[in-house]
Amino acid sequence: MHEVAIMQNALDIALQQTRLAGGSQIHALKLRIGELSGVVPEALEFAFDVVVQGTIAADAHLEIDYIPVVCHCSNCDLDFQPANLVYECYQCDQISIDVVRGQELEIASLEVS
Amino acid sequence: MCQTCGCGDRESSVNGDLKQINVVQEILHKNTQLAQQNRAYFKSKGVLVLNILSSPGSGKTALIERMLQCSQFRIGAIVGDLETDNDAKRLRSHGVPAVQITTGNICHLEADMIARASKKLNLDALDLLIIENVGNLVCPAAYDLGEDVRIVLLSVTEGEDKPLKYPTLFKTAQVAIVNKIDLAQAVEFNREQAIANIERIAPHATIFAVSAKTGQGMEDWYTYLEQKYRGIGNASFQVKRSSL
Repeated sequence: MHEVAIMQNALDIALQQTRLAGGSQIHALKLRIGELSGVVPEALEFAFDVVVQGTIAADAHLEIDYIPVVCHCSNCDLDFQPANLVYECYQCDQISIDVVRGQELEIASLEVS
Repeated sequence: MCQTCGCGDRESSVNGDLKQINVVQEILHKNTQLAQQNRAYFKSKGVLVLNILSSPGSGKTALIERMLQCSQFRIGAIVGDLETDNDAKRLRSHGVPAVQITTGNICHLEADMIARASKKLNLDALDLLIIENVGNLVCPAAYDLGEDVRIVLLSVTEGEDKPLKYPTLFKTAQVAIVNKIDLAQAVEFNREQAIANIERIAPHATIFAVSAKTGQGMEDWYTYLEQKYRGIGNASFQVKRSSL
């Protein structure tokens, strides 16, 4: 349940960025969360409701962009979305260790006023 | 725009009174920066740093105890638990410098905790710093501590399918150690199946099967560590020691 700590970090960054932009209210927060980030989006949503209380983000809407894993197969020089948690290339069956997407744990954008 | 901290053009757009800020900032960038500082600091001290992750009860402390007794390395430890300093006490009883971090309700260690704890150790007198993370196979995966090698430990009593149940952590580890191999027969543990599961989830990982209790399989692990130790710029651990 480290989602609360992660959400607190995200809120801290959002508050700082809002101040830098001269804003006083956060209306929306958009996150990009990779399938392989070790974070559960539902738990993040729950944590968001808790950490924003009493802040300028109390009424903000949270949007989570969930990024599926994409691997690169060096054999076929091909990016592919694995069918399950074994990252097997669908063309040559080689297991990929090159994850090109799906590890994201980042803030994408904010809407402030 | 900078992908790490969001500096540079902010590409703000104004829509009525609302302003959109494109941040694109890693949520854990503070931790990542501190981890990089830790890594540089440990490297400057010539210390190889291991981060050991496992479920509670897989034998992290026992593995370290075995290494203290049998390996040639001079070892220091940082131990994370929610409560008690039992594990650090256990390690100190072997004459090893050990710092306990009690995290309270936090389910993982973070880079700043390691930075503070490592200041309490004399790194000049160490070859190896072992971080025993909080027993948890989920949360610690997201936090870089500045380690050189991330190790996931599983014991034979946990079943062959642990890598399939907790793939994220196995995919981030460079080493997987199967522990309590002396109990394998008693619990009908299928070693080949377990290793095949690890290889499918984490094909890049180096795998060891050991018993921290009896010492079985530990020699291969020490050989691997010696190679890694030389890899961070040390001639060999004996050379560093004799030059002191």
